[in-house]
Amino acid sequence: MINLEWVREYIDINDQDLKELAVKVTKAGINVESVITNHISNLIIGQITHVADHPDSDHLHVCKVDIGSQIKQIVCGASNVREGMKVIVALEGAVLQDDFTIKKSKIRNVESEGMLCALFELGLEEKTEETYHKGIHELGKDAKVGEDPIRYLGLDDTLYELDVHKHRNNDCYYHIGFAYELAAILNRKVTLPEDLFDEIDEKVDSHIHLDIETDKCPYYLAKMVTDIEIGPSPQFIQKRLKSVGIRSINNVVDISNYVMLEYGQPLHFFDKDKLGDHILVRDAKEGENIITLDGKERKLTKEDIVITDGKNPVCVAGVMGGANTEVDEHTKTILIESAIFAPTSIRYTASRLGLKSEASIRYGKGLSYEYTEKAMKRACYLLKKYANAKVLTGIIRYDKIDKTQKIVEFTPQEINKMLGITICEEDMEVELERLDFPYKRNGDKFIVTIPPRRLDIEPYINDIAEEIARLYGYHNLISTLPKTNVREGRYIGDVKYRKIISKRLRSLGLTETKTYTLISEEMSHTFSYENKQNVVLPNPMSLDKSVVRTSLLPSIYQVYQYNKSRKVKDIFLYEISKTYDKEYQEESKICGLLSGTYMTNGWTEGVSVDFYLVKGILENLLDYMGFKNRYSFERSEATDFHPGMCASILLDRKPIGILGRIHPKTNKEDVYMFEISMNALMSKTKLLKYKEVSKYPSVHKDVAFIMPRNMPSKQIEMVIGKIGGRLLMDIQVFDIYEGDKIGKDEKSIAYALTFNGQNRTLEEKEVTEIFYKIIDGVKEKCNVKLRDK
Amino acid sequence: MKEKIEKLREEMNQKLENVETLQELNDIKIMYLGKKGPIVELMNYMKELSVDEKKVFGKLINDLKTEMKNRIESLCIQLEMETLNQKLEQEQVDITLPATKIRIGSPNILEKLIEEVEEVFLSMGYDVVDGPEIEEDKYNFEMLNIPKGHPARDAQDTFYIEGEEILLRSQTSPVQVRTMLKGGGKTPIRMICPGKTYRRDDDDATHSHQFMQIEGLVVDHDISLSDLKGTIDVIVKKLFGSSIETRFRPSYYQFTEPSVEVDISCFNCKQDGCNICKHTGWITIAGAGIVHPNVLKMSGYDPKQWSGFAFGFGAERMAMLKYDIKDLRVFYNTDLRESNTFDRREDFLND
Repeated sequence: MINLEWVREYIDINDQDLKELAVKVTKAGINVESVITNHISNLIIGQITHVADHPDSDHLHVCKVDIGSQIKQIVCGASNVREGMKVIVALEGAVLQDDFTIKKSKIRNVESEGMLCALFELGLEEKTEETYHKGIHELGKDAKVGEDPIRYLGLDDTLYELDVHKHRNNDCYYHIGFAYELAAILNRKVTLPEDLFDEIDEKVDSHIHLDIETDKCPYYLAKMVTDIEIGPSPQFIQKRLKSVGIRSINNVVDISNYVMLEYGQPLHFFDKDKLGDHILVRDAKEGENIITLDGKERKLTKEDIVITDGKNPVCVAGVMGGANTEVDEHTKTILIESAIFAPTSIRYTASRLGLKSEASIRYGKGLSYEYTEKAMKRACYLLKKYANAKVLTGIIRYDKIDKTQKIVEFTPQEINKMLGITICEEDMEVELERLDFPYKRNGDKFIVTIPPRRLDIEPYINDIAEEIARLYGYHNLISTLPKTNVREGRYIGDVKYRKIISKRLRSLGLTETKTYTLISEEMSHTFSYENKQNVVLPNPMSLDKSVVRTSLLPSIYQVYQYNKSRKVKDIFLYEISKTYDKEYQEESKICGLLSGTYMTNGWTEGVSVDFYLVKGILENLLDYMGFKNRYSFERSEATDFHPGMCASILLDRKPIGILGRIHPKTNKEDVYMFEISMNALMSKTKLLKYKEVSKYPSVHKDVAFIMPRNMPSKQIEMVIGKIGGRLLMDIQVFDIYEGDKIGKDEKSIAYALTFNGQNRTLEEKEVTEIFYKIIDGVKEKCNVKLRDK
Repeated sequence: MKEKIEKLREEMNQKLENVETLQELNDIKIMYLGKKGPIVELMNYMKELSVDEKKVFGKLINDLKTEMKNRIESLCIQLEMETLNQKLEQEQVDITLPATKIRIGSPNILEKLIEEVEEVFLSMGYDVVDGPEIEEDKYNFEMLNIPKGHPARDAQDTFYIEGEEILLRSQTSPVQVRTMLKGGGKTPIRMICPGKTYRRDDDDATHSHQFMQIEGLVVDHDISLSDLKGTIDVIVKKLFGSSIETRFRPSYYQFTEPSVEVDISCFNCKQDGCNICKHTGWITIAGAGIVHPNVLKMSGYDPKQWSGFAFGFGAERMAMLKYDIKDLRVFYNTDLRESNTFDRREDFLND
């Protein structure tokens, strides 16, 4: 939150409309999420000139209120109204809290031309029992009738709520930093606040001795003030802190916060008398304890940094001070700490202890050394001025911070090439000056030094191009396309297969689903048919998303249940997704679920899903992919599948998936599912080749066998195929019979066989000979009977 | 003889007049024109006549025969027509009854959007690529200029699987890194990589622990920020209409510099101000930028020779905007009553 009235102290923006300025700031790269102002139209300061009781009420009053230009009659229920009182008047059209709009009205038949307000009605105070009973707000005697009461209250500041990108928090999420950003946008100069003060003869270093025993504190400065008088802060400090959401405590605490919001550098104040004369900064010891300012005991780890008095921790560096050295109303002497700590460590500690504060966030994002000393001096100045402090001479200093200057060399052409537009050299010079980036010219080269306050800028041409372009204006970019060689765009690898299969399954009537990769452990044990182990997340968000799935079946079954419970009758689904096993082995899988009527008009009997329809859909897919004659189905069993309606799918005799009906114990309805490894389908297939159909007539023969009920037809077909040889073109099942005419545990399957000689007409005798061979062969090899007509 | 013929003609005509069915007609045909019929009988009787008489009566009989044949034939056609018409009338269907539904599956709504985006980029010569969802830290962060301890990692809130080394990818950018490594610093790159990503967000109307990004990468010689703007223009106009404009705002990402945020002019209110654009006239839809020289370098492309741009859209956000969807969970629930309305193309409408 940035208070624009505060910013005015460092840069002249009096000619700016603050709403328009917010747009300029946003365009230049820092998103002003909202412009907050307490201003309310049609509010005016009035003075009550006459109070009378309402004729028709025992608590309402009828007031005459002078608002300068005229006298208004207002009915008011507050008990504290009296003549001569200066009040806030909301006139017709004013919009108060909760979008309450003031209108002229009659209250119990008495005309009322507005409303006298309490602060909570304007959103300036919380509505509580207490504020409610205070009645309307009384303004001071110095309030001028007819003027804006919000301005009179000093609450008319405009605030910007910033959405600052991570890297830029530190150079503009404080008022001086923001002033620099405005200076660049408006091409103006920044004036830093006053920090000159007299020091007493006593020296700091005769009172304190500093040791740093960690590499996580590259910069540590300390200064001392004494004889402070603790009391309330001056109004402007209280108001400004309050406006950005910080509660005023006392002059000393407020000054430390105030300076942090000026310079972005958090400070810590120790009660010097409690601290002693030694400061040792070191890594915390594992298990070391400290009671922090909030009275809680904190257990530290060796990742934390602590400030100690030589022995015991007095502060969790950058995160929170210790109770043992807290500044209180009796404090006389303060040690001011201004330091930089390793950001990663602060972030880690703050998040582990759950102590994210304005200060720890700033430390955690990294600080510029440029302001470490300035902020400390500014604090001394303010403490001297507003707490009557005496400042001791000198600074305790530990300085191992890297002050290497970041320098970038570039030519204007390089920048223009990157942007794709032409910005002339003169304009580039202007932009750099606006940014307050010192530069030199050498021929057509620019040599730019990046100021340390811009921690976010790395010494690359890209970074300079961005700074120049954002000030020059991104709206000046043009629309071009990359000048590259012509080439064809393609789906690569598994994406290609996914697209092809997806389209096919959609055209076969299945709707695509997308489910979560993370499932519950319980789910992972359902519909399991492979011997795979799941990746278990070490630190899951919740139990229902704790393992990485190896199969899509449990997820797609959930989608079925979701739809079933919403009374959807026909459910046809598929999903193609990646799965991972414990060894992080990736396998893309195709999964489907089918239930209900596949094809119907609703008023005649349709085609309902059964095992063979699902098998047909799979064969359709596999044939389309070019795997004809390479796949087969084998009886199988798997968890949660119907033991008699479950098959494993084989490609080149290797299992690639499963299909079957869900076990009636799991689901009473007829629900079928399948899953195939897409990886297994990513193999070579034959190229397409034209094949002429035979010109010679085919010969057809039918035959039926009686066999045990549990014998797979495939077994018979294989024998027929083998004996039929090259002349046998096709085997079709055309009838299946079970019933009285044959044995109880038997079935009869009839096959239609087609023979063709391809390049000649077959002779009847030739065919008959093979046909009988087939019959005899099947009878013998499969131990079945021929079914006579 | 003559009278006999005339009588026969009369008799036949009378019978034919009363014929109603094909069967009856056939009976008459057999009765009179058949081998044992009266006409044959008359012809047999001719043998006994003189030559002159034969001439006269022969013609008369033949005429009668031809006449009857023709009459029967035309009657036959007529009766057949009548029968057929009757049959057709009986076969009439109620064409307003429901059709036999040919099932068509729908794409997942997100996939539909992604496929539209892919179509445009494929036509501009971009490959469509994907990579592993269980990723190594190296590809997900390290090589994207996000070293260990960087604050961007905190914000990403990653699902770690094994220490800080193995994780569920928090962005699709590792696919860009992998593609660059494959390119070996030598081949120009044009690719998009739509894919699943994972972050530790609680699922609600606008957040999801699993979501989809559509990222793209171009690496070539002389690639500029203006090229990025033109490319984004193309895709935005395709998806949201040809009158849509794009705006770049400065932004920040670790792997691009300069970085921009992409806004499009509000398609809903034409920039008059509405809830969709929060009364600003603009909607943020993507992050993008010029590939950071460190990223190029780490993936083997010399930043002095090569330059590139990268961009990333959130598929859910785009789909929510395009199809006016208010709750992100819609994409992952698959309510068939909703998703089955997405079984058609819509590009015919946009031209």
